[in-house]
Amino acid sequence: MMKFTFRGVRGSIPSPGPKTVKYGGNTTCIEIRANDELIILDAGTGIFPLSQTLFSEFPLTCHIFISHTHWDHIQGLPFFIPMFVAGNTVNIYGGQDPVTGNGVQEALSRQLEYAFFPIREAELSAKLEYIALSENQVVDIGDVQVTNVLMNHPALNYGYKVTLGDKSLFFSGDHEWPYNIYDPDDDDYQLFEDHITQKRKSIIDIVAGVDVLIVDTAYTDAEYPAKKGWGHGSFSSSIEMAREAKVKHCFFTHHEPTRSDGDLEKVFQEALDEHPSQPDDPKFYLAQEEFTFEL
Amino acid sequence: MSDLHQQLVQMVDKMPAFPGSVNKVLQMTSAIDCAPKDLVQVIEHDPVMMAKILKLVNSAYFGLSREITSIKHGVVFVGLNTIKNLAISIATMGMLPKTGPAGLDMHNFLLHSLGTATIAKLLGKRLGVTSDKATDYFVGGLLHDIGKVVFAQFMPQEMERALKRVETEGISLSLAETIEIGADHAQLGGMLAEKWQLPHALSTCIKEHHVQKLEGDSNMVLDCVVAANIIVKQVEFGNAGNLVEDRLPSHVAARFGMELDELLESIRDLDEELEKANAFIRI
Repeated sequence: MMKFTFRGVRGSIPSPGPKTVKYGGNTTCIEIRANDELIILDAGTGIFPLSQTLFSEFPLTCHIFISHTHWDHIQGLPFFIPMFVAGNTVNIYGGQDPVTGNGVQEALSRQLEYAFFPIREAELSAKLEYIALSENQVVDIGDVQVTNVLMNHPALNYGYKVTLGDKSLFFSGDHEWPYNIYDPDDDDYQLFEDHITQKRKSIIDIVAGVDVLIVDTAYTDAEYPAKKGWGHGSFSSSIEMAREAKVKHCFFTHHEPTRSDGDLEKVFQEALDEHPSQPDDPKFYLAQEEFTFEL
Repeated sequence: MSDLHQQLVQMVDKMPAFPGSVNKVLQMTSAIDCAPKDLVQVIEHDPVMMAKILKLVNSAYFGLSREITSIKHGVVFVGLNTIKNLAISIATMGMLPKTGPAGLDMHNFLLHSLGTATIAKLLGKRLGVTSDKATDYFVGGLLHDIGKVVFAQFMPQEMERALKRVETEGISLSLAETIEIGADHAQLGGMLAEKWQLPHALSTCIKEHHVQKLEGDSNMVLDCVVAANIIVKQVEFGNAGNLVEDRLPSHVAARFGMELDELLESIRDLDEELEKANAFIRI
């Protein structure tokens, strides 16, 4: 059995209020239940409402995979209640930043510094483990395998694939497909294009055939040109990715913080209209807080 | 020598890059709309930045599943912002002096490295390699003498004596370094390259560019870098402290099917390409 629940679907900054009641205002967090394992993808503010549902499971072991350490993906971590309770085990996985040389540990320890939070890391009572991941490393959690691939974002960002038997899910984290930085008449254009093709293949190979793709779809096609290079996908790029990887279900997430429920449904419908259904198309959905899907 | 190597490995982590590229990186990246291709070009013209960035993106610590062989490759696989921030972190370490305490003229050294890179790439293309592979030739040429700049920076007195020996005794710099330091720049550079887990073809260029080989016992990248290194000295483009050689090693001559004079004559675009490299670092 594998199922998942969206606990946060918003990009960049929490967006509570009457205009986002339906899809939710918390930032990224996905709860996955696979057999008896609890796997959490990203620790945006959505991890706080999730943590409030977990008391009955104490003592608890869970596995948190961080796609990248931008605020909206780690901001809920200090409020993940199981960390404060002895007997629980919290394993936090993530990449190693080549610029700072720091591991995922920083995502928590820096937020827990005196000036930012009243409780220090040393005071957390649960057993905490930090696991640095290299690319394509496979982590076995019971019968579940979690592997990763480096995506493209202004920070080191891993997309994660979670597999249990013949069921699988891929979450992109934040991702913009790399684009050519050269002009078509530059000498280096083709060389760069070849690198892009290889990179795309390295990602599609991992995503290929998954049951569920959860993908960063921050922008409409009209918005994208002004946001090029910011590290996020568009409806078109996500639809193309889902089709190319031949996934069965595709959830668009990382909703723009300023987008109301009504606007979100409107741009979603427009995107579907602009990409008329093809044979073997995946089913497309808007990610919605509290929505559960069983694979 | 192993203690010395260990010591140098640690020192190199703090080694700054060349003044021109440091200034350009700091200036360019202070604008939010910095053109990525311009930044890539600056990094590609600085052996220290190039070596350090390739080192970081290829380190096992970082854990990438593939070998990154060039800056462009890094931009696509690791992301532009990561490469940009790596360049900024190197630029903020300061800059190499114009003339180091060892008396090695850094501008001339840079010209020599860039000239070798440019010619190695031209030679690679002439042997029919694709533009993807030609990048390896450029990087091999750019980094082949990286050991010299490390010696000059961290063992200035020994390096100064070695450079003097070349002048007064007419011996090769490799021999002079071996006398003064106990190892030459190629051995040191090769050791660093291996330690940094740089792609194998690249560490071979650094380690073996002065090694006499038998025909068939070499590879194309190395042969092109060896030839380029000799040509760039012949045409007096830059200077990295070594003697001018007037012959290609026999296995390199066999690779091109001609001797040095003829090879030199036959490279079209040589002056134009070298002038481009010169113009870039002069700005």
